[in-house]
Amino acid sequence: MLTIQNYKKVESLEEAYELNQKKANRIVGGMMWMRMGDNRMNTAIDMSGLGLDKIEESDEEFKIGCMTTLRQLEVHEGFNEYTEGCVKEALRHIVGVQFRNLATVGGSIYGRYGFSDVLTLLIGLDSYVELYKGGIVPLTEYAARDYDRDIVVNIIVKKRPVNMFYEAVRITETDLPVLTCAGVKFKDTGVCNICIGARPGRAIVVEDTEGILAGGINEKSIEEFSTFVKTNVPTSGNMRGSAEYRSHLAGVLAGRALQNINRD
Amino acid sequence: MKSVNKAIRKKDAMELLLGKPVYTDDIAPKDCLVVKLLRSPYANAFVKNINTDIAMKVPGIEAIFTYKDVDQNMKRFTCAGQTYPEPSPYDRLILDKHVRFIGDPVAIVAGADERCVDKAMKLIKTEYEVLEPVLDFTKAKDNKVLVHPEDNWEALCPVGADNKRNLCAHDESSNGDIDKVLDECDIVIDRTYHTKACQQSMMETFRTFCTIDTYGRLHVVSSTQIVFHCRRIISHALGISPSKIRVTKPRIGGGFGAKQTSVSEIYPAFVTWKTKKPSKIIFSREESLSASSPRHEMQMHVRLGATKDGIVKGIDLYTLSNTGAYGEHGPTTVGLSGHKSIPLYGKAEAFRFVSDVVYTNIMSAGAYRGYGATQGLFAVESAVNELADRLHMDPFELRFKNIVKEGDVMPAYYGQVNTSCALDRCLAKVKEMIKWDEKYPMRKISDTKARFVGMGMAMQGSGISGVDVGSATLKLNDEGVYTMNIGAADMGTGCDTILAQIAAEVLECSTDDISVFGADTDISPYDSGSYASSTTYVTGKAVEKCALELRDRIEKLGAKMIGCDKCDVTFDGKKVICESGENKDKCVTLADIATASMCGNDIALSVTNTHTSPISPPPFMVGAAEVEVDLLTGESRVVEYDACVDCGTPVNPNLARVQAEGGILQGIGMTMSENITYSDKGKLYENSFLQYKIPSRMDIGHINVEFESSYENAGPFGAKSIGEVVINTPLPAITDALSHAAGKRFYELPITPDQIAMARINDN
Amino acid sequence: MLVDIKLNGKSVKADIAADMTLYEFVREHGCYSVKCGCETSNCGLCTVFLNDKPVLSCSVLAARADKCNVTTLEGLQEEASEFVTFIADQGAEQCGFCNPGFVMNALALFRENPYPDEDEIKEFLSGNLCRCSGYEGQLRGIMNFLEAKKAKEAE
Repeated sequence: MLTIQNYKKVESLEEAYELNQKKANRIVGGMMWMRMGDNRMNTAIDMSGLGLDKIEESDEEFKIGCMTTLRQLEVHEGFNEYTEGCVKEALRHIVGVQFRNLATVGGSIYGRYGFSDVLTLLIGLDSYVELYKGGIVPLTEYAARDYDRDIVVNIIVKKRPVNMFYEAVRITETDLPVLTCAGVKFKDTGVCNICIGARPGRAIVVEDTEGILAGGINEKSIEEFSTFVKTNVPTSGNMRGSAEYRSHLAGVLAGRALQNINRD
Repeated sequence: MKSVNKAIRKKDAMELLLGKPVYTDDIAPKDCLVVKLLRSPYANAFVKNINTDIAMKVPGIEAIFTYKDVDQNMKRFTCAGQTYPEPSPYDRLILDKHVRFIGDPVAIVAGADERCVDKAMKLIKTEYEVLEPVLDFTKAKDNKVLVHPEDNWEALCPVGADNKRNLCAHDESSNGDIDKVLDECDIVIDRTYHTKACQQSMMETFRTFCTIDTYGRLHVVSSTQIVFHCRRIISHALGISPSKIRVTKPRIGGGFGAKQTSVSEIYPAFVTWKTKKPSKIIFSREESLSASSPRHEMQMHVRLGATKDGIVKGIDLYTLSNTGAYGEHGPTTVGLSGHKSIPLYGKAEAFRFVSDVVYTNIMSAGAYRGYGATQGLFAVESAVNELADRLHMDPFELRFKNIVKEGDVMPAYYGQVNTSCALDRCLAKVKEMIKWDEKYPMRKISDTKARFVGMGMAMQGSGISGVDVGSATLKLNDEGVYTMNIGAADMGTGCDTILAQIAAEVLECSTDDISVFGADTDISPYDSGSYASSTTYVTGKAVEKCALELRDRIEKLGAKMIGCDKCDVTFDGKKVICESGENKDKCVTLADIATASMCGNDIALSVTNTHTSPISPPPFMVGAAEVEVDLLTGESRVVEYDACVDCGTPVNPNLARVQAEGGILQGIGMTMSENITYSDKGKLYENSFLQYKIPSRMDIGHINVEFESSYENAGPFGAKSIGEVVINTPLPAITDALSHAAGKRFYELPITPDQIAMARINDN
Repeated sequence: MLVDIKLNGKSVKADIAADMTLYEFVREHGCYSVKCGCETSNCGLCTVFLNDKPVLSCSVLAARADKCNVTTLEGLQEEASEFVTFIADQGAEQCGFCNPGFVMNALALFRENPYPDEDEIKEFLSGNLCRCSGYEGQLRGIMNFLEAKKAKEAE
């Protein structure tokens, strides 16, 4: 159960930041996951009055305010066009429209949940987290960090041209995923990012440490890289699937992702 | 027929759809004490000491009850909603010093609001003497750890129970020499199947409120399928006379058997009786999933013998059922696993069915739609599907060769004659619906995806023969419209409407002219309750009988008013007409008769009638699934499910169809996603809708249902039951499809993508 | 804390606890159509409109709805009345407990997408669980409603 002593709709980020320095206080995003545990807090900090519930699109980037809901992101035309529909594919399985009308992008990114489709979707793109005090850091770096008391203000996705693919495996269509996978090919450099989440640990971008894809993407390198992913991405077992199965899925989905993004 | 076999709207449809406040918590008094239960964190323990002093000081707390408030030597009781004397053993106390599963109540806390109760629950200090639990049901029988070592444990019926052996029941039945028959078979399928304690998951969790009425009696308003049994259970639990108790049900937000056990009633009843203040309990979903009345987990060892040309000669079944910490419905559910699966095979020369029901230290089981037949049919039908594979024979062809026919005596169905049966037509229909010959066993639809088909058959009963009682009271009111009072519980199934259709058919009026009231132990005529697929068949017949008798009375009074002989008149629903003699063509309207009934009248225009049936005619069903499988990830989804039901005459085809569609999707859930797992300490992992995954609407392609009706003479207008049979076919049908997809047969549910994909890898 | 929530068009001023959910708030103010079926934001029974968007009222604090428009089925009786007859004609309402949340979200769908196809319907309503109907009768009802609406608009 969630118990909250005070509720504060803040008027500035500074106010939110100040309040958030106290351990007993928490920033409330959509509150979707926060409510599930036995959470007690002194002050719930609400940033819904700060105008951070918008997606700003410019020629260079998408700037996604932390209070933007998953549903806003899912139906955003520009972002769908940029991700080749992957944003819709990644988000449409998350519980239901009513849930996604509350859950926030900031909450998902700050939470860095292992099962997060949002994190898997964004981590392979040229994405950054704008922190109130900590400045702008690459999402890959932020995703690996421990929880702190800074505030996620915006998520920035640079508009480098990409081919993109997304697939998640679920036991039922609106369940938490057994495994998530995003593939991104940057058309400017030809570099491909394969991202695996719900391992069940946090999403990661698979590092091509053996340079398998350096010589180009073809049948052979795809197969080799799939095996590399299967063998090297850390997985473990939980209620939804065994470690062995997850490793198998990681290989299969990595292969599918590479097949799909290997376009001009 | 004018009213029966018509797809009319449910009487309460618009109120429900527009969200009117008609459910238990909507009508509970605002000043109810909030009741919550402190539950045991241990699977087997004695409460050594419990201190409520600090908790009682929380402002708003009215009362906290512990085992100290309950005589530990009193006569125990069961919460199973069954006809007295119940086959379920008397093994419960409201609060027991000995707690037997994680979730067993330790204290009842009542206070002004949820907040203070939650606070107080945290302040109760409990000391436990933790005991070793018995968690593995295959090792429970004759285990040194006893779930019910107490001396005041009692079995009222001879069900083979023995608490000193962890046995809730044991039974054996047979016909012919099964060992000899199997020895002589060309092929014997010898397999063990396992199904888990799946959850009814009705949308409205268990809930009850209680008040003290004008006469100082306890009025219990509860979301229950069994008002009359509830009254008895509460009387046993509280040790007070049933004359002091009244039980009413408002609208119910789904039951599926869950509410055939008194899961929530006894706690607020205890609080209100002790404090004389109104109180209510609303189970959380977590409580509903972890301390309630789910399906019995069963392990079934099948030996099924056949000739090489596919004639099933004998079935030998041993079922081990896990009733958990308490024995609700334990002795009875297990019986259906054999008695409602084996009889499908009409050519068998012998059968044997042996069963054990054991106690373990997990949540107790109860009644869930299908009631044991679901588990047994999964095992037997899966064995037959495996036989088809082994013989390289089409599963439909194999069924056509073997099915029970109308008029056959069914030795495994208590020797009953198969009085009405369109199973052959159901088979033919489903084969055509799914385009079996084009699709069996599989079609590749892309490099990575293929569609597999599988099928299964099912039967159930219609009420419990010689036990279930249904009643109705019909009365003519002053404006020429009727009121019908029943003790059966409409839990969304639409029985208020269906029973009114039956009455309207007899009384030749519109269903709208019959107002329905139910159920209330003070007012309704006795009915066992809505379970065991009994309402349409048993209570429906009572309604028919009742309406016929009322017709007779109307004719009698009409004739008296006309001044002619009763044998000269007929009633056409609107008026009584004299058809011969000197008053020929004279008539009186129903409204006139109703008015006359209130002045100088001695012919009662109110009739109560009761029905019971010596037989339980089985409805039959065939279902086939087309499942799309990702051959690499193992993800699978039912894209089409086709089924055909023989429920006799469908009284309301719309409602029968929705029953079938809903039951099928529950069966699909049980097969593909609804899992039950425990920690090594006995804690249930799937204790929320986040973890216990019932299907969403994205998880199903389409469900198509057709009817092939036999005519059951013993039922109202030829009707049999439909409520339960519909859940049974998806389990074997989908399992066969997925077994072909995986290249490996599955014997345990649910079958997840993990199992399918890994089987394919190991196969290659 | 004090809030002023416009509930079904009427301003409701109340002094509430900081952790009161919007679900608790609307029921406390007489909107009994709103139901709760889980504690984990999965069932969709508690669906209400918050500033015209369908949300799970169990998962949002009443405090956040301060100065917002909140609509429950009590406030949409007229808009719902025609649509629900199509569900009733299938017998798909069954126990009825999930109906208000389902009807609310269906209305939200029709507002956003007046003529959704089958996949769009299933996806938009996937967060509304129903254990009775198997969803098929609800789908038939929606399809019939959309057909009737189309026919009417063609006239």
